[in-house]
Amino acid sequence: MTTAATPATIQSGNATRRVGRSIGHWALPVFTIIAIGYLLIPIVVMIIFSFNDYQGKFNFIWSGFTLNAWQHPLAWPGLPDAIRISLTIAALSTIFATILGTMIGLALTRYQFRGRGFINGLIFLPMASPEIVLGASLLTLFINIGLRNGIVPPGLTLLPKETLALGFTTILIAHVMFNISYVVVTVKARLTGFDRRLEEAAMDLGANEWTTFWRVTFPLILPGVLAAAMLAFSLSIDDFVITNFVSGTTNTFPIWTYGVIRNALPAQINVIGSIVFLTAVGFVAITTLRTGRAIRTH
Amino acid sequence: MTTTRATTAPPGKWRRRLFAAGPYLLLAPGLLWLLYFFIWPAIQMFLMSISSGTLDNGFHVTGTLRPYTDALTKFATQWGNSLLYGAISTTLDFLIGFPVAYYIAFRGGRYKNVLLFLVIAPFFTSFLIRTISWQILLGDEGPILAFLKHTIGVMPVDFSILYSPIAVIAGLTYNFLPFMILPLYVALEKIDIRVLEAAGDLYASAWQTFRRVTFPLALPGVFAGTILTFIPTMGDYVNAELLGSPKTRMIGNVIQGRFLQSTDYPTASALSFVLMAGILVAVLIYARALGTEQLTG
Repeated sequence: MTTAATPATIQSGNATRRVGRSIGHWALPVFTIIAIGYLLIPIVVMIIFSFNDYQGKFNFIWSGFTLNAWQHPLAWPGLPDAIRISLTIAALSTIFATILGTMIGLALTRYQFRGRGFINGLIFLPMASPEIVLGASLLTLFINIGLRNGIVPPGLTLLPKETLALGFTTILIAHVMFNISYVVVTVKARLTGFDRRLEEAAMDLGANEWTTFWRVTFPLILPGVLAAAMLAFSLSIDDFVITNFVSGTTNTFPIWTYGVIRNALPAQINVIGSIVFLTAVGFVAITTLRTGRAIRTH
Repeated sequence: MTTTRATTAPPGKWRRRLFAAGPYLLLAPGLLWLLYFFIWPAIQMFLMSISSGTLDNGFHVTGTLRPYTDALTKFATQWGNSLLYGAISTTLDFLIGFPVAYYIAFRGGRYKNVLLFLVIAPFFTSFLIRTISWQILLGDEGPILAFLKHTIGVMPVDFSILYSPIAVIAGLTYNFLPFMILPLYVALEKIDIRVLEAAGDLYASAWQTFRRVTFPLALPGVFAGTILTFIPTMGDYVNAELLGSPKTRMIGNVIQGRFLQSTDYPTASALSFVLMAGILVAVLIYARALGTEQLTG
């Protein structure tokens, strides 16, 4: 709304300048709208093509409207299983990663101790590594465990070999791993602006550390924790690259999709994609409205 | 603090001890997870990259450099594709992303949150499905080309984009654009508008204000945005696989293929290591060039 970014507006100018300025004034919003359109086109295509009455196996060319795929959203072999596995892994990895990551986030912001720089680096590295490297290195670890080759981390040798055979468990391990860093970063961002005097006030009023934490600290960081959990859930449910390395024969929804599209492109993929998209948007809309109301009523 | 039960507090002595050990107890589980499933695998992969053998006979660390010489010499085309596509799509993302972030940060007004929401909306659909949507969009008889070819007839009927480098670059640019816009937005949003007004008061033109004040203050965002875009683009193989052809293979496709199809783990590990090291070196050089090394630490 403010035009202070272009201080030239304060000065008076001649006609050419004014034309130039109005182009400058409109160029940016028009460009932004086009760019956002570019970001949204594939989503629009996904939703429109979920109604496509396509001929043959590939849902590539528009050939009429049908509700067929929406009436039978799970009608492909392997699809219901893939969705169930995706949801289970997303839920479990979100719970684990949110707990572990929030604990690290708390430690990093509340306490002074040695090795903080090192730990910050360790948190940052998985986010800075290409996914393919994370997936490939985890696969190497699991292969080595399977072959009893190389140096297996202490403790993991105690597990029966089959536990870490590629599948559900290895996908879950991978998802928790890449989610931890994102949770730490999100929770830390929330804690940085935290007013510690609120805790001191609680202590002054006779609350011990335990009560202070659960009655004061936790409710205040809860929005950050929830945001981190939502981020973790969406990263997990969408992950393809890392999962593809460690999944073995287990199919999550993205892995199943990748396998199926070699031979067919069922509209069911678009239906599931649309459902996930609309659910996420609805969820965000509700959360935003509720926080908006909470802020207004306070 | 380390248990999740809110109702039953542990007895006093224990509680005090728990809080004294505080940071380490809080850190231990998460860091162990990262140690076991991030650091350790990286070490294993390094060992694998200096091993020889086959999946049937097992791999043994022999200290051979063969995987590395293979990784560096045999895949010139794919390394070239990765660098080229990565550089082009990161540049495009910056050129598209900066004006968008600028507009949202300074002129978004009450639509700021809506615009930001639209920027991250693609994250609410699967990365794979978005790429499939580009397959549909860019198809020879897809909405765009069919329109240009048949409806208004400005394009030869045998014109094709899909399975070309352009399609791969379009997909890469598309998929990682929000990673560019968000950090740029965060950096621009932090800028105190009064600093820009001060520049104007001191007779800086709009362009001078931008070049001397706004842009330097946005550098942390430029840095974060470019590395957040460049790193995933360099390692990506899905766009090249779905939108490209065998000619547009990137290094990610080679790593993926060697690991999951030909089980040539040593070369695949060496390739991953070179990719990782290359990216780290590039990021450090880039940080130094931008004068933002304090930001990375």
